[in-house]
Amino acid sequence: MAKEFRTLLTEIKLPYELAYGATWTKFFEGMKEKKIYGTKCSRCGRILVPARTFCPRCFVDTDEWVEVSPQGTVLTWSYANYRYFGMPMDPPFISALIKLDGSDVGFLHIVAGFDLDDFEVVRQTVKTGMRVKAVWEDERKGHIMDIRHFEPL
Amino acid sequence: MGRPVAIIGVGQTKHGRRMDVSYPDLVREAVLRVFEDTGLTPDDIDGVVSGTMPSMMEGVALTHFYFADAMQAVGKPILKTETCGSTGVSIAHTAFYWVASGMADIVLAVGHEKMNEGDSQATMTTVCEPFYQRHFVAGAPGAFSMQSRVWMDNFGIPEDKVRDAAAYISKTHHDSAFDNPYAHVKLRVTIDDVKNSKIITYPIRLLDVCPNSDGACAVIFASEEAVRKLGRKKVAWVKGIGFRGEEYYFGDSDKAVWQSAIQAAKEAYDQAGINDPRKDLDVAEVYNPFTFQEMMFYECFGFCGFGEAPDLVLKGIFARDGQLPCDPSGGTLCSNPIGATGLIRVAEAALQVMDKAGDHQIPGARTALGHAMGGADQFNGIMIVGSEM
Repeated sequence: MAKEFRTLLTEIKLPYELAYGATWTKFFEGMKEKKIYGTKCSRCGRILVPARTFCPRCFVDTDEWVEVSPQGTVLTWSYANYRYFGMPMDPPFISALIKLDGSDVGFLHIVAGFDLDDFEVVRQTVKTGMRVKAVWEDERKGHIMDIRHFEPL
Repeated sequence: MGRPVAIIGVGQTKHGRRMDVSYPDLVREAVLRVFEDTGLTPDDIDGVVSGTMPSMMEGVALTHFYFADAMQAVGKPILKTETCGSTGVSIAHTAFYWVASGMADIVLAVGHEKMNEGDSQATMTTVCEPFYQRHFVAGAPGAFSMQSRVWMDNFGIPEDKVRDAAAYISKTHHDSAFDNPYAHVKLRVTIDDVKNSKIITYPIRLLDVCPNSDGACAVIFASEEAVRKLGRKKVAWVKGIGFRGEEYYFGDSDKAVWQSAIQAAKEAYDQAGINDPRKDLDVAEVYNPFTFQEMMFYECFGFCGFGEAPDLVLKGIFARDGQLPCDPSGGTLCSNPIGATGLIRVAEAALQVMDKAGDHQIPGARTALGHAMGGADQFNGIMIVGSEM
């Protein structure tokens, strides 16, 4: 049996105030109105969701705003069934990359609206390529969780 | 490539849950071992490179300050390199650049982590985008599980076959870890144990996932002149290095035909003169915190065609006695002190070509690849070493 040595229990708590800037402020104001905004790159033509100030590939400003559909196609998913300290979502939940209609990249959110505790139900229900739509919260605060989840169409 | 550079020695701690030592003492354990291995002293070192994962892993910021004493860096130039999970390979690259440039002759590279002192997934999730993505990514396993599914679906690989191949990888790496005195997890598992273990982030189950390890690794890089002056014969020459990044947002780029992995390998192969990696490499230490992802790396590194890895895994092509043995040390799957992990991959590759890998030596290995990946599938780095300059 290895000798046990002392440990120090300690904690660091730090408050942060993160600036959204103009682009993300507009995106989250849109969420309050049940609108999902992307921005279009004038060079490569891709519509990026969430909206970006600039195209990460072309490095040009994306000044054209486009409202994309609240419906889309699941590109990939995973069933999260473990917990870490401070996890913002309660497991089990299904993370998914969703290509919203009218956009060109994957939008990360969750898929729900059925029995998540029964994994067999999950496996039967969730497929890559399945169609989903956003389910909005009644009271929206301009936050990513204004979309409660995406549910199967 | 600059002037020739060789790895002349390595030192590792016993990796594991190391609550028996403080973090600086853990770092010193690896540093003492590399000095013991090389016969050098701190006076011989021209510069020190260090790195970890995010500082909140252990709650101490700028750990290279914390470890200046343990690394004997006082009075010397010191650099810190951080690229998340690929930190260890980036430390090796930094040390290589330093010597290759001619600005230093002997450089000490040290990677370290003590994952059991904090909450690793809570820490790693802070790497993810705070406004849109952090809520949903479910730590490292979540991101890599989603990537694995993109790969399976993209190439139409039956999920059952991938599951079988991943279980084979888990079983064989866990067996290999028994031959590595520094490995963390020493556990005999069966294929069924893996397939029936708890779902972490489906399709990934507990025995598909690396542990939280405490550990450190120290490697000494030297110029050709220093190697000659010291009279060293068994060294590992750096033959090629490659590193590539991708866009930050998870969802912006294709993670099945994974460009950062493909391009990093290509860059290193071009430098090392490798045309057919499955034939030209004798052993590879592929970063494999998740069994499924290991197969994606085989494909992106050109060890086989896209969609072919599960079949070849099940045929034993990448097993210890196969055509291209991968992770004979048990790999990241059995030991993952993250800031050290990539450097351990390079150190293990170096040990192989120096014929010093002990019970997990691949007989006659002359060319070996070390690799690590970092971020939410964002970075890949490679270092190829060989027994001949």
